[in-house]
Amino acid sequence: MQPTDTKNPEYYHKVVDCQWGCPAHTDVPGYIRHIAQGEYTQAYLLNRESNVFPGILGRVCDRPCEPVCRRARVDEEPVAICRLKRVAGDLKDDFKPYLPSVPEQKNGKKIAIIGAGCASMTVANDLLPLGYEMDVFEPLPEMGGLIRSNIPKFRLPPEVIDEEFDVIVEQGINLHLNHPIESLKNLLNEDYDAVLVGTGAPKGRELDLPGRYDTDQIHIGIAWLESVAFDHIDEVGEKVLIIGGGNTAMDCCRTSLRLGGKDVKVIYRGERHAMKSSDWELEPALEENVDLVLCHSPEEYIVEDGKLVGMRFSVMEYSVDDDGKKQSRKVDEAIIPCDTVILAIGQENSFPWIERDLGIEFDQWEVPAVDPITYESTLKGVFFAGDAAFGPKNIIEAVEQGHQAAISIHKYCNKESLTDRLPHGMNLVTAKMGIHEWSYSNDYDYDDRYEVPTIPMQKRFKDINIEVELGYEPGQFKREVERCLNCDIQTDFVASLCIECDACIDICPVNCLTITENDEESSIRQKIKTPADNLDQAIYVSEDLPQTGRVMVKDEDVCIHCGLCAERCPTAAWDMKKFTLQVPYASDEAIDVAKETKKAV
Amino acid sequence: MSYIKKPNIALSNAPKNELGMTYTDYEGAMSTLCAGCGHDSITGAIIQSVFDLNILPHRMIKMSGIGCSSKTPAYFANQSHGFNSVHGRMPSVATGANAANKELFCIGVSGDGDTLSIGMGQFSHAIRRNLNMLYIIENNGVYGLTKGQFSASADVGSTAKKGEANKQVPIDPCQVAIALGATFVARSFSGDKDQLVPLLKAGLMHKGFAMVDVISPCVTFNDHEGSTKSYMSTRESKREAVYTDYIAPFNEIEVNYEKGSSIEVDLHDGGRVILRKTDESYSPQSRGDSVKNIRAASDEGELLTGLLYIDESQQDFTDTENMIDQPLNSIDHKTLCPGKKALKNLLDSYR
Repeated sequence: MQPTDTKNPEYYHKVVDCQWGCPAHTDVPGYIRHIAQGEYTQAYLLNRESNVFPGILGRVCDRPCEPVCRRARVDEEPVAICRLKRVAGDLKDDFKPYLPSVPEQKNGKKIAIIGAGCASMTVANDLLPLGYEMDVFEPLPEMGGLIRSNIPKFRLPPEVIDEEFDVIVEQGINLHLNHPIESLKNLLNEDYDAVLVGTGAPKGRELDLPGRYDTDQIHIGIAWLESVAFDHIDEVGEKVLIIGGGNTAMDCCRTSLRLGGKDVKVIYRGERHAMKSSDWELEPALEENVDLVLCHSPEEYIVEDGKLVGMRFSVMEYSVDDDGKKQSRKVDEAIIPCDTVILAIGQENSFPWIERDLGIEFDQWEVPAVDPITYESTLKGVFFAGDAAFGPKNIIEAVEQGHQAAISIHKYCNKESLTDRLPHGMNLVTAKMGIHEWSYSNDYDYDDRYEVPTIPMQKRFKDINIEVELGYEPGQFKREVERCLNCDIQTDFVASLCIECDACIDICPVNCLTITENDEESSIRQKIKTPADNLDQAIYVSEDLPQTGRVMVKDEDVCIHCGLCAERCPTAAWDMKKFTLQVPYASDEAIDVAKETKKAV
Repeated sequence: MSYIKKPNIALSNAPKNELGMTYTDYEGAMSTLCAGCGHDSITGAIIQSVFDLNILPHRMIKMSGIGCSSKTPAYFANQSHGFNSVHGRMPSVATGANAANKELFCIGVSGDGDTLSIGMGQFSHAIRRNLNMLYIIENNGVYGLTKGQFSASADVGSTAKKGEANKQVPIDPCQVAIALGATFVARSFSGDKDQLVPLLKAGLMHKGFAMVDVISPCVTFNDHEGSTKSYMSTRESKREAVYTDYIAPFNEIEVNYEKGSSIEVDLHDGGRVILRKTDESYSPQSRGDSVKNIRAASDEGELLTGLLYIDESQQDFTDTENMIDQPLNSIDHKTLCPGKKALKNLLDSYR
């Protein structure tokens, strides 16, 4: 194998599984250490740099970081990364003085931003310090987009949205609420230098079966949630069926319980493992006594005298045939009585206000043709971000797309090449503070994940505004932060210093090191005492060692970053070094402003 | 040394031996030796060996005397029996243990000081008795625990940390052991586990006194330029005379050894030792040859390693003493000490 190039920032970046898994590359171990030291404002600011809305994401993020957490590979349960983010959001002090300063003198460029959701406001946040003037148009009376209209208040209190969105508005954007854009053509005729479309995927998918239009008791999930959010709907029938198996279905069923639903069932046509809902969204629903009915495929709405009385389903059975192809077969039929049906089977893009002769191309699903790196549409100067760009994804994805679109808009306005973007950088500094002393807590302890306390069941359903999760108590999060394995403190090896004494190999608690003759990767992977069977994880191979010409090999998969190899190394060939990924933002593309920003911080 | 104890982490894919035990199950307390000490690496090799041999920890006794080397039994096999004896007197205690329960696997760990200076007499007589044990000398050429004075194994001309050269001739434990009639004599290097682990396994399975002299650099006092027992100089001067493989009973030999250049020696446990000679003229079954070759290599400035001499035909201590098959510690007290009357009868029988 070729020696591993640890100077490429992506190598160590990948070792920090959570940061690698996060679309916005949030420095998770970094903020967790801040929390551990009681530096909540710093923790919040570090979060805000990459994900802009820590308080919101600390409650409702899709947390792609958690399933990949290293802790899950050594002791089953990941660190509660998401809920620790909420701790930073809840306990921070006034962080506004530490935000990048916004110049009084604007740069003369004007941007139109359509929609006031997470992607749009990320663009605004990134462009503000660069002196752009921005008009944000939002059809609803409040900012937030999907998180305001679709995420129920018992999961995400409106004050949290207000706080994090207002701080951006206060820095000086022109916000136009209740202002739907009806024609992009008209907007383009105004003197904007660039346009960002951040209107999400606002159309709920329809389920057109017999009986659909014979009653008014059938609702489209996301439209229904929006009506609930803006108090247009405040009650629901007693027997409610939610059709669908995603996170929207979970929000619909739990909302129904709070509006008077007594017998609420979530009906999904496939098996449990095929459901799109996250475990942490399904579990609270089941806890609140929602029935989950699997393998029921809807066939008909049963309406009697204009009144919905039930739904007919095919009961399905699934199997995998010899070729590995999925087979389904109807085994029975069932009628489930109900008085309300809520359809939560997906959402789609919809751009009725974009004229089709402007040069913006769409595919058959109404998804625009957007460049996956620059986020520019086929019409120069018109950018898309968030769900509007590539269809429904999640909040953290939308934020990252906003960052990228902001870079593009800045480059576009300055007539620079959109594809010539700054690469990731890195900083690597030793964590050694003295003998046996590191700038992080390296002693590993087995510890179970701490559950976030919730409000008691009997108090939950009185009011839809009662937040269910209470957030960690200090005693809990102070233990939970210690579960973080500090994957960003990297084991950095210098081959020329090694005397091949084997000390590191012998002390490694997970036996992930070896010194061996260089060979093919597949063969080296088997030479480590705990075989490196997880091919998703890299193995490190050093330069040739000076005394025997063999190589040092390390499996990144199970390393717990305890630093014992570095403590045991007599020549400091191994050292623990803090890795910081440098992610470029719009302000980094404009160097002068970046300097100013750093001064302000 | 490291400051925090190595945590115990049970990974699902950690290899297990036939007893269902993991490598970690054979580990011991946190080492307080210097970081990079060769002794820790030997500890690792011992753990690997007993793991591979599927030895139950409580069927093993680890013995030592005094010195850095003699601390190491604390660092492996936490669940084994152990005895840390007076300086240089470990062979006597091992003899007692062996007499009391000859079924235990006995591992003695000593150093160049503990064996070749204060314990030289004890060492010699353990060989004479052909005590059934694995006797490891962690040989670094200095008294590390008293800050690096030359030991009896320091080579002439090898320098101390501050530059002073040793003038006294070294005692080579391998030559001494062969001369005294040891039945298993090997030399290896702490930095070469590929060689060391099979030697330790063969030594444990050898019935009789198996001595393995392991060059184990003292990273603090004897790893500098000018030292002949540093990591660098050992790697440069070491030459493997006989490559050794231990094959457990009932296991097929997986590697095809060329006939003529390899010798198969049957051990008492049913396992075999395969010796692959790198030099045709060398015979590890002839005392004369072995000593001659070690001396010749030494004159050339080379350190001959591998299994240097083996003789499976000799009786061990308990056989020569005509001891019964049953371990003495499993015999009830009344049978073992039949009382005054029985003693009187015994004495009368000699009159």
